[in-house]
Amino acid sequence: MARVGGELKLLGLWASPFVTRAKLALQIKGLSYEYVEEDLGNKSELLLSSNPVHKAVPVLIHNGKPVCESSVIVQYIDDAFAGTGPSLLPADPYQRAVARFWAAYLEDKLVEPWFKMLDGTRTRAEMGEGVKQMLAAVATLEGALAQCSKGRPFFGGDGVGYVDVALGGLLVWVRASEVLLGVKFLDAARTPLLAAWAERFASLDAAKATLPDFGRVIKHAMMRRGAAAAALAQNN
Amino acid sequence: MAGKEDLKLLGLLVSPFVIRVRMALSMKGLNYEYVEEDLFNKSELLLKLNPVHKKVPVLIHNGKPICESLVILQYVDELFTGRAILPTDPYERATARFWAAYIEDKLCPAWIGILKAKAEEERAEKVKETLAAIEHVEVAFAKCSNGNVFFGGDSIGYLDIVLGSFLFWFEALRRMYGLEIINTSKTPLLAAWAERFGGSVEAKEVVPEADKAVQYANKLHAAAAVKLVSSE
Repeated sequence: MARVGGELKLLGLWASPFVTRAKLALQIKGLSYEYVEEDLGNKSELLLSSNPVHKAVPVLIHNGKPVCESSVIVQYIDDAFAGTGPSLLPADPYQRAVARFWAAYLEDKLVEPWFKMLDGTRTRAEMGEGVKQMLAAVATLEGALAQCSKGRPFFGGDGVGYVDVALGGLLVWVRASEVLLGVKFLDAARTPLLAAWAERFASLDAAKATLPDFGRVIKHAMMRRGAAAAALAQNN
Repeated sequence: MAGKEDLKLLGLLVSPFVIRVRMALSMKGLNYEYVEEDLFNKSELLLKLNPVHKKVPVLIHNGKPICESLVILQYVDELFTGRAILPTDPYERATARFWAAYIEDKLCPAWIGILKAKAEEERAEKVKETLAAIEHVEVAFAKCSNGNVFFGGDSIGYLDIVLGSFLFWFEALRRMYGLEIINTSKTPLLAAWAERFGGSVEAKEVVPEADKAVQYANKLHAAAAVKLVSSE
């Protein structure tokens, strides 16, 4: 692993898909870094001072300077280490615009409704609506993959790119949600390209090195949901 | 590199997102064909070129569409030389992107929520959110500007455009609800910045009078009322 361009430290949480994105980007670029596991119930001084606005992970600290928000971090890694490893964003400005468009789409239409659903406090109707929105987003992303990949293995073409990292970071959580919600999001019949992409992505060395363990994520999600439901029950 | 580029912009005169793009194109010295959309009656072209969101702005360059204002800004900046919109240093770029995301994710839905609110309680909640968000942006200005007059330094840059495009709507909200989102006592740095931005050549070219925004808001409210009545 190359140690170029100074000191890198990543503040994270093992289960966070946003942290996973940052880890994926660092891994793909071949960058070494110090990883610090945070405790959300007891956030470190470093986290609070590095991300005073959101107090959230991931935070990438490069030569003492913090970068926050997973999409900003991934682009920063690509920018600041442009000479190291493969590029995550395409070279062509139009393709870059397309990649940024889809990364923004998946944040708005897939991640947002999804994270709302997982907090364990939604009504049955809200859950139904959330699942509908997610399925619609996945259907649209199938089209996006066709458009971006043009028959090649990834959104980024022959190699992993920005959108692959953005969606790939979520992969274990998507699988976990299929179990928790009883809905097949990446269905080979409905979205064949995405289903194949998911298999392909998960088998990459970079993914194997960074994606959290599926079983552990399921257990963690169930615990969190249980705790939220218990709190809800207590307040009613 | 100004000159013969095949550029067309689908827009709305009162949309801050469209204004962002128009400012960027103007700053790069680019000519383009402007098409005013009627969002109550969207054109075939808009629906075809932005099937995912069906929204403006859509920039069409050599026949290929680019959607989402922040994506368009970065596209225009990367493709065309001339005045730089985003900073050139990677860390400064990351800082600019962070605050653009904050403005988009936290400030924007809050102030738009003031307009969309169906009840006083909801409006009050959105006002609270807006005022809380703008306080963070005040801190951002202190950090990003480094004592200079704009977020971008001594001339207008990415964050100036991203936030500046909202100012005439903030004035509209003041006229409609007596609300001061940016004011000299709570957000002095932003208040001074807002004066400078509003008085700039770049803004004067594309930012409409606040009353146009008020008129549009009234149109939206009327349409919402009709929808409500016809669904009963």
